[in-house]
Amino acid sequence: MSDYISTDSDWTFELLEKYDAEIARVAALYRLDTYPNQIEVISAEQMMDAYSSVGMPIGYNHWSYGKQFLATQKGYQRGQMGLAYEIVINSNPCIAYLMEENTLPMQALVIAHACYGHNSFFKNNYLFRTWTDAGSIIDYLVFAKNYVRKCEERYGVDEVEQVLDACHALQNYGVDRYRRPKPVSAAEERMRQEEREEIRQQQLNDLWRTLPTKKQDANAVRNKRQFPSEPQENILYFIEKNAPLLQPWQRELVRIVRKISQYFYPQRQTQVMNEGWATFWHYTLLNHLYDEGKVSDGFIMEFLTSHTNVVYQPGFDSPYFSGINPYALGFNMFQDIKRICENPTDEDREWFPNIAGKDWLDTLHFAMRDFKDESFIQQFLSPKLMRDFHLFSIYDDEAADHYRVDAIHNDSGFRRLRETLARQYDLSVREPNIQITSVDIEGDRSITLRHTQQDGMPLAGDTYEVLKHIHLLWGFDVHLESWDGENMLKRMSCPSISVEL
Amino acid sequence: MSYIIDRRLNGKNKSMVNRQRFLRRYRGHIKEAVQDAVNRRSITDMDRGEQISIPTKNTHEPRIGHGQGGRQHRVYPGNKEFNTGDELEKPQGGGGGQGSGQASNQGEGEEDFTFAITREEFLNYLFDDLALPNMVKQSLARTKNFKTRRAGFVSEGTPNNLSVVKSMRNAHARRIGMGAGKRRKLKELQAALSEAENRGDFGAIETLKADIADLERRLKKIPFLDDIDLRYRNQVKVPMPTSKAVMFCLMDVSGSMTQDVKDMAKRFYLLLYLFLERNYEQIEIVFIRHHTSAKEVTEEEFFYSRETGGTIVSSALKLMHEIVSSRYDENEWNIYAAQASDGDNWDDDSPQCAEILRNELLPVVQYFSYIEITPHNHQALWEAYQQVGSDFKNSFAMAQIRGPEDIFPVFRELFSKEQYEEAI
Repeated sequence: MSDYISTDSDWTFELLEKYDAEIARVAALYRLDTYPNQIEVISAEQMMDAYSSVGMPIGYNHWSYGKQFLATQKGYQRGQMGLAYEIVINSNPCIAYLMEENTLPMQALVIAHACYGHNSFFKNNYLFRTWTDAGSIIDYLVFAKNYVRKCEERYGVDEVEQVLDACHALQNYGVDRYRRPKPVSAAEERMRQEEREEIRQQQLNDLWRTLPTKKQDANAVRNKRQFPSEPQENILYFIEKNAPLLQPWQRELVRIVRKISQYFYPQRQTQVMNEGWATFWHYTLLNHLYDEGKVSDGFIMEFLTSHTNVVYQPGFDSPYFSGINPYALGFNMFQDIKRICENPTDEDREWFPNIAGKDWLDTLHFAMRDFKDESFIQQFLSPKLMRDFHLFSIYDDEAADHYRVDAIHNDSGFRRLRETLARQYDLSVREPNIQITSVDIEGDRSITLRHTQQDGMPLAGDTYEVLKHIHLLWGFDVHLESWDGENMLKRMSCPSISVEL
Repeated sequence: MSYIIDRRLNGKNKSMVNRQRFLRRYRGHIKEAVQDAVNRRSITDMDRGEQISIPTKNTHEPRIGHGQGGRQHRVYPGNKEFNTGDELEKPQGGGGGQGSGQASNQGEGEEDFTFAITREEFLNYLFDDLALPNMVKQSLARTKNFKTRRAGFVSEGTPNNLSVVKSMRNAHARRIGMGAGKRRKLKELQAALSEAENRGDFGAIETLKADIADLERRLKKIPFLDDIDLRYRNQVKVPMPTSKAVMFCLMDVSGSMTQDVKDMAKRFYLLLYLFLERNYEQIEIVFIRHHTSAKEVTEEEFFYSRETGGTIVSSALKLMHEIVSSRYDENEWNIYAAQASDGDNWDDDSPQCAEILRNELLPVVQYFSYIEITPHNHQALWEAYQQVGSDFKNSFAMAQIRGPEDIFPVFRELFSKEQYEEAI
């Protein structure tokens, strides 16, 4: 007689419940703290729908989601691409989609991965706690969808599309990086919306006042009206608050795109950690069940096959190579932290005096809670892992004829390698640094953005297209200057020509 | 705490709206692709979806990002033989951008964005801006088909249409309304009675009791159900446009018509058929071929059997008229006809053809189109028809097809919306 929860590979709802209960029991042993789970079983077609709305369960309508859907559909129907086994949404309750095509071991993997791994990450990582409010996101998305629909009815699909296109082009520049935003709340949004529209318009009118001020302090005013007083990095926010010609409903659309972008901001910064954490836990939880004799050999074999595929890291020269696999890096780092805690080598003691020999579960929770990809790698990537991955760093200077191998996995290279890799996950390095420096409020109302070049990297070719979008929102001339230190390299204007200096 | 929910029965077409938005945005591209497909496809192959490609640069969504160039450090896995300080040859052209993540996967590629549209959508784009002439006017004006539809409630009707719920509700309202005053009075009297009883005023008690009994009797007399309460479901007859159409294909099969010419004619018929199919529930097709005499034949025979001999077009028109009068009542059927020929006709016959068209056929058909498939100059038949055309602008059209590439443009021209705007 066996204690196996199941021996078949077909799933039923009863079995899903049993597995969920068992996994929850084991997860509690490891102190995984989660939101309640809402597990939804869906078909492949529905999975494609979920895919194309960038993981939002409810999204406003826009052609770009249709494009995404068509691309997914094509890839899937031609067999070029499998669908993800799961999609999980950072909400409370935490919504996870399971595909009906999955076998039972796969469903168990997904439940462990999404409903306990990702879920606990969403609930506890500091970025998610700071930047998102899981309890209200669904309501907000519903509000956004309805608002966009109403605007379409009132002002026409094309008008709305134009504004959304422009906002989408800037959505990575719609985040306050250093200030904690107010959590979104649909009820509040609706209530305050009208009030906000009025106030916004009033403030604006004040900024753009063209009536002459009293003569005696005209000079003082001129000096005072340096605007904005500090450079602004949140371009969408600035536009929402200050663009002179936008209608109130257009401002609201800008706000919606900005808010949703903000909601995804933590996810963009914790890819390695988030996936690594979830992968670590599906591996640990299901192995725990196996050790208890709750799942069969066949089950664990199938599970391990999938798991191995997920954490496979092809080398740079492999035809399958497409960058560093965040699942592989993240999973191995968490495994490695556990190893360092339990069986530290001399090298580990030297590199990680704070965690070597400590309680591994405490350390893991600490690592998950208080880091993002960049700092996580900087802090926890061990020499052993760099050796295992055979990491090396290439220096590519446009001016040179050759690539230079900058550092490899040896004693002199570890620190440099780790630093370089960490930087690679730093959003402020990955995205060009662009800030709004001035608006000519007394003159032609043009807006000037400043691109501070890093390491001589120019802006991508479609920057001018983005400028056109900014121009549409701002309504007056837009200038973009690229600076390298004290030198202005290039000035682009829309509408106008670009000048090379 | 977990809830497991089965969502599989929910709609799977959540992305439908977004997909439509996409198609709408790239309507121009798709239309072009569809028209290309029409000219490319074989004639039996019109009735399916199509792969559409749009150049990626048109569907690209611009974002601010790093371009290529500058000085970059990138970390890769899988080192085998490199050591610090090694110099590696730069690959010729391209490459290098891999480090910057996913953004470049979609943006820079030369490949077109391709996707499939369904048969329905294909036909929609194919027949976009086209309309069936006279459809609405004719079918409503002459209609003899009616459909009964519910139209609310009325106070008179036959017992089988009685609406019990509505009637009882009316009765209830009426009983409340009619009894309201009496019940109020009754309450007052009862209050007075209990007061009188407290006082012990026996005379008053007597009269009050009598009054109360009287009121109660009158309350009871309010009828439970009255004639005025009754409501009947109302039914009205709505004229229904006939949704049946018959399509006559007339073709010259004399010696001068080669297989090529017949193929072109077939494509034209096929387009017409698909077009009609979108507008009518039921379509019949009658094939009439002719040389010196006309005959009703099967599709196979119509397109592929060979005949020789002279040409008398009026024979086909006569046969069509006979078939219409014997089998297709003009009130019940929408009649369409398409005639194809290479323009040859027995010289004396052309005026007769025009005569038959004018007097017999055009008054009963919705639309008669004549296509002449010839690279040469027109002959007598064309001129005779032109006369007819100017008299029956709304129901007759003719055009010349020189080669396969003309078929769709001519079809569009014959059925373009603007041309028939006044007619509809």
